[in-house]
Amino acid sequence: MSGQANVLFDLPGPRARMRHRIATGVAALVFAGIVAAFVVRMDHKGQWAGSLWSPFLKSEVWENFILPGLKNTLGAAAVATVLALVFGAVFGIGRLSEHGWIRVPCGIVVEFFRAMPLLIMIYLAFFLPNKISPVIAESPFGTLQRNLVDYFFSIFGVRIDAGTITVPAFAAVVFGLVLYNGSVFAEIVRAGINSVPKGQSEAGYSIGLRKSGVLLRILLPQAVTVMMPSIVAQIVVLLKDTAIGFIIAYPELLNQAFKGIPPNYDNNILQAGIVVGAIYIAINLLVSRFAVWLEARSRRSRKTSARTMGAGGAPPAAGMAATATATGDD
Amino acid sequence: MELSDLFDFGPFFDNFDAILDGFWATIRLSLAAGVLSLIIGTILASFRVAPVPVLRAAGTVYVNIVRNTPLTLVLIMCSLGLNDILALTFSDDSGTTYYWWAVLGLSAYTGAFVCEALRSGINTVPIGQAEAARSLGLTFSQSLRMIILPQAFRAVIAPLGSVFIAMIKNTTVATAASYAEVVTQMKTLLDLPSFTSGAIPLFLGVAIGFLILVLPTGYFFGWLAKRTAVVR
Repeated sequence: MSGQANVLFDLPGPRARMRHRIATGVAALVFAGIVAAFVVRMDHKGQWAGSLWSPFLKSEVWENFILPGLKNTLGAAAVATVLALVFGAVFGIGRLSEHGWIRVPCGIVVEFFRAMPLLIMIYLAFFLPNKISPVIAESPFGTLQRNLVDYFFSIFGVRIDAGTITVPAFAAVVFGLVLYNGSVFAEIVRAGINSVPKGQSEAGYSIGLRKSGVLLRILLPQAVTVMMPSIVAQIVVLLKDTAIGFIIAYPELLNQAFKGIPPNYDNNILQAGIVVGAIYIAINLLVSRFAVWLEARSRRSRKTSARTMGAGGAPPAAGMAATATATGDD
Repeated sequence: MELSDLFDFGPFFDNFDAILDGFWATIRLSLAAGVLSLIIGTILASFRVAPVPVLRAAGTVYVNIVRNTPLTLVLIMCSLGLNDILALTFSDDSGTTYYWWAVLGLSAYTGAFVCEALRSGINTVPIGQAEAARSLGLTFSQSLRMIILPQAFRAVIAPLGSVFIAMIKNTTVATAASYAEVVTQMKTLLDLPSFTSGAIPLFLGVAIGFLILVLPTGYFFGWLAKRTAVVR
């Protein structure tokens, strides 16, 4: 990159190269100064003490806190991803329906959940059933409520006891993640199907396929190839968002690190944060790398006639759908 | 209690002032973080496109670290780590200092996304535009001011809108960093034993509040992007 001209800078001449060398020196000094200030401040507060850092070399810290936390983080992310993909497929295809009574409600649901903060959805699942279930239990719907919980919601660990429902933190986190990310997936699915050239479906109809045949045999197989990078990029967002479970005390990685480790090891909050941050960054970089690889592969692919959607290009946010500009480029 | 009591808006309106206070706190955080993240993002973007390798590397490292860290972790590190442990406080009043740490944490996080939006905007300007400007004899600052930035800014409006909407929604996470915004107020009300019947109206009210904040922002950026779009 440095050796060639880009849109902002021409190839440097001798004077420009001199300027760049000076700028390099100054910038290196400034950054070194910032790092040094941080190191000194940490030292001033005794944060480099070995007893604060050494717990992360002990196997019991990993066995008791970090690995169980990581398991809960990845577990919630995995369950939420699968359910969100189902949600996204249903509502994304629903929004493309020719029937207004399917298209419009699907659109409202998707736009609503994309505009809602994730935390509010998690709170909704966590607090609301608990608050209102005793009232419903005394009403004619009491039996229905109990049966619904016993025969369906119990899969997610939801319990009903004397008419009061308790939703476990895991279910609440998954609920929020599914609604929000499912709506984003729905937009990705819609954009993916729309990106298949019109001639493809016209050709499908002309050889006598019905709507379902065109969708299942022509559009979806091509769209999936195109959507994969965006979907994997959104999974990184989903994985990061599991950390919001911290707020309702879901024992995921962040919660274990901040509530589990520091009380037992000299209140080493900063150190726990740095170690856990490194774990999150490593996992997410790995998943992002996978998305970039998928994108490169699908650009080369001849299995699709559509243009690959970039991994960086999440669909435009709620309320902006009317101007959904091509997110194809990076 | 009867079923119809679940939709009794009385308790909700009794506590309307507290909820409005919460939304006002959310708006204050959004505005401050919006401005600051735009500044941070512009600086970072200028690093990432600079001809100086050290600046480019610093920008890349920052963006990759911050984008892959959960916002909850960033905000808790600001409040518990930098404020409480390293004692880097903004003021003696804990409310003020936690507010500014929430602003700073949210801006540091959002800035990385603003940077990526701006950088991709600059990359949409075809290199021929810059070459034409140079061959006309325009200096660096002239071509930046008159040729490149006017085109880049237009391409950036829609992605920036998405980033800011995500930021407004992300302000709710600041509740984990001891900043009393609308979700904190909501939790306080839900914890009141007397508030049983007000739960549904409360969630409806907060949801409508966020729709009022988010949807017009989205339509505004969408309108602006459409109006200023560059036809190529």
